Amino acid sequence: MIAVHHVSKRYGATVALDDVSLEVASGTTHVLLGSSGAGKSTLVRVILGLVAPDAGEVLVDGVAVTPAPRRHLVGGVGYVVQEGGLYPHLTAGGNVRLPAEAAGWPGEHVARRMSELAALVELHDGVLRRYPAELSGGQRQRIGVMRALMLDPPVLLLDEPLGALDPIVRAGLQTELRRIFAALGKTVVLVTHDVREAVLFGAAITLLRNGKVVQQGTFAELAQRPVEPFVTDFLLAQAPPAELRAYF
Amino acid sequence: MRLAGTLLLLVVLVPAPPAAAVVKIGSKSFTENYILAEIAAQAIEATGEAVERRLGLGGTGITYRAVAHGSIDVYPEYTGTISRTILKDPAADSPEAIRARLRSQGLTISAPLGFDNTYALAVRDDLARRLKLTRISDLTRHPELRAVFSSGFLERDDGWPGLRRQYGLRLADVRVIEHALAYQALAASAADLTDIFSTDGRLTRPGLAVLRDDRRFFPAYAAVLLARVDFVERDPGAWAVLERTLVGRIDAATMARLNARADLDGRSVRQVASGFLGREVSDADERARLTRELASLTLDHLLLVAAAVLSATVVGVPLGILAARRAVLGHAELMAVGVLQTIPALALLCFMIPLLGIGTLPALVALFLYALLPIVRGTYTGLATLDRQLLEIADVLGLGRWRRLARIELPLASVNVLAGIKTSTIWTVGTATLAAFVGAGGYGTLIVRGLALDDVTTILAGAVPAALMALLFHGLFEVLDRVLIPRGLRVVMARPA
Repeated sequence: MIAVHHVSKRYGATVALDDVSLEVASGTTHVLLGSSGAGKSTLVRVILGLVAPDAGEVLVDGVAVTPAPRRHLVGGVGYVVQEGGLYPHLTAGGNVRLPAEAAGWPGEHVARRMSELAALVELHDGVLRRYPAELSGGQRQRIGVMRALMLDPPVLLLDEPLGALDPIVRAGLQTELRRIFAALGKTVVLVTHDVREAVLFGAAITLLRNGKVVQQGTFAELAQRPVEPFVTDFLLAQAPPAELRAYF
Repeated sequence: MRLAGTLLLLVVLVPAPPAAAVVKIGSKSFTENYILAEIAAQAIEATGEAVERRLGLGGTGITYRAVAHGSIDVYPEYTGTISRTILKDPAADSPEAIRARLRSQGLTISAPLGFDNTYALAVRDDLARRLKLTRISDLTRHPELRAVFSSGFLERDDGWPGLRRQYGLRLADVRVIEHALAYQALAASAADLTDIFSTDGRLTRPGLAVLRDDRRFFPAYAAVLLARVDFVERDPGAWAVLERTLVGRIDAATMARLNARADLDGRSVRQVASGFLGREVSDADERARLTRELASLTLDHLLLVAAAVLSATVVGVPLGILAARRAVLGHAELMAVGVLQTIPALALLCFMIPLLGIGTLPALVALFLYALLPIVRGTYTGLATLDRQLLEIADVLGLGRWRRLARIELPLASVNVLAGIKTSTIWTVGTATLAAFVGAGGYGTLIVRGLALDDVTTILAGAVPAALMALLFHGLFEVLDRVLIPRGLRVVMARPA
């Protein structure tokens, strides 16, 4: 369970987060939705303990997260970023193995977990031997997900994981990730500016603007009972135009 | 920095082992000084005693500090230089006065060798005959003579300004000229009169006549041997040999002839010295010796570069890491390493003589200090420009500080770190030629000697191998890049943007 209580963060004169609260129940997926600069990434980094909030607190499974002793989080939280965030000097397999090596896992344990995960994200062994620069965008993203899942953390934080992919690959991966999250029963926080992705993943959605929570709820609640015109504007801005819908 | 400090401490605290009976002979880097030192060396070697040559040192500042520190036992010097430059007391100009003043520093001088190397005025000999010019005061009768003077002579108070006052000279046409061109100007009758050193080899050739300094204006620059008192007392036999061979044995004409053999006839310093001692060395022997010398200088040079760059890497990479970690410290550090670069090499070497003497150690310390900047900067730049998100991910993955540094940061920065080490190495191959000024050997030995003797072949014999060595290192680093830069990064670099 992730609980964010009244978190605020400013960088100089810029307010990144302003009194943000939210709760994510275990085993559910929560979407942070908003335009760029809305504070989504900052919130994820606060939850990860990479950034200390100026006010408020974050609890993961009841334990307060602070940047200083963030080691207890290791193995508890997986992190996936745009384009996978892979290390270019390591092979795909080397990237996936890294957290297990740091945790001191024995070799055969690592190998077993790797083949499990490769099967899960549907990658064959040859891909693991390549370097990130030799992979497609979709493959890189799958490797990023494998690495985040390596230590089998109960919580996954994904920051625009599919942002850099072309639309068709993106749609395919969206479906696949949803399947994986459901199969593994992870608690997931997913950052996106894509309304379609929010609809697909989000049992619950938090819409952010300028560091403030605009509205929280299911997609149906946001669509049917918007608290202000911005909510509707945001959801509609990405809807296919009526002319296009007429064809299907 | 710690390493350098430790190195310094070691050298200061550990006394040099009592030298076996080796006489350490130095010289400055001009022909006459080379020849005198070489004569001294060969004379001692002829008695069976061993000699260590530190020839071609970079000027009075270095030779004096070297003899004061005990890095050399003896070298040829001039009384005028001792009183003006070393004692800074022009009044102490007699050998007796100088000897008394040097005593407190544990130094002494021999009796004069028999000639002065001082400024003189020379005129075209046809003019001298026609106008009956023998003394400088004769010039007062001929204000129409055209003079060309080197810029030093034209400006120094013991040069033209003082001379003109003393003799009441009024020449209508006085121009400045590069010293080497003055003789051509006179030979072409484009000028009549120039300044010259009284033992210049060209005076042995027809065409020039020296005018006598009849009012004793030019200060005395009598050649002597400047030696350590403890050497004279430890090895009176060797000192006696030096006095017997050199003191009172070389007049200005002899010295000019010896200089001419080296400067104008293209004989090596060793050949000239052997000739003076009554033995001839054939050109073939001399060439064979030069080949052997080149091999040993190559080894010197290679070891200097390797040791300097290796120690600069061992110290510089951690300094670069530190600089990337701490903003304030980093700036101070980069500035300090940068300032080191601005200290002229000769000055740096000069400052270090009281601590480290001359030879390999001070050269190594200087090269090490100069080699630091590219390595520290390369490491710093490599680390400071890393993608912050990749570093945060390492934290989230639980890598810890050291594992993150070793597995992520340094490999990702390896391109920059290696580029720094490469720049530094190629730089050091060039800078190491300056090591010759403190007698550390290397290719610079030939360059300095060639410059002194105005011998292009000798200069090239040092400069060309140095350039080849730089190329060699360049090639070596191309190979190292392949080995040390992770393959994944090379894939990234090779990809079209």
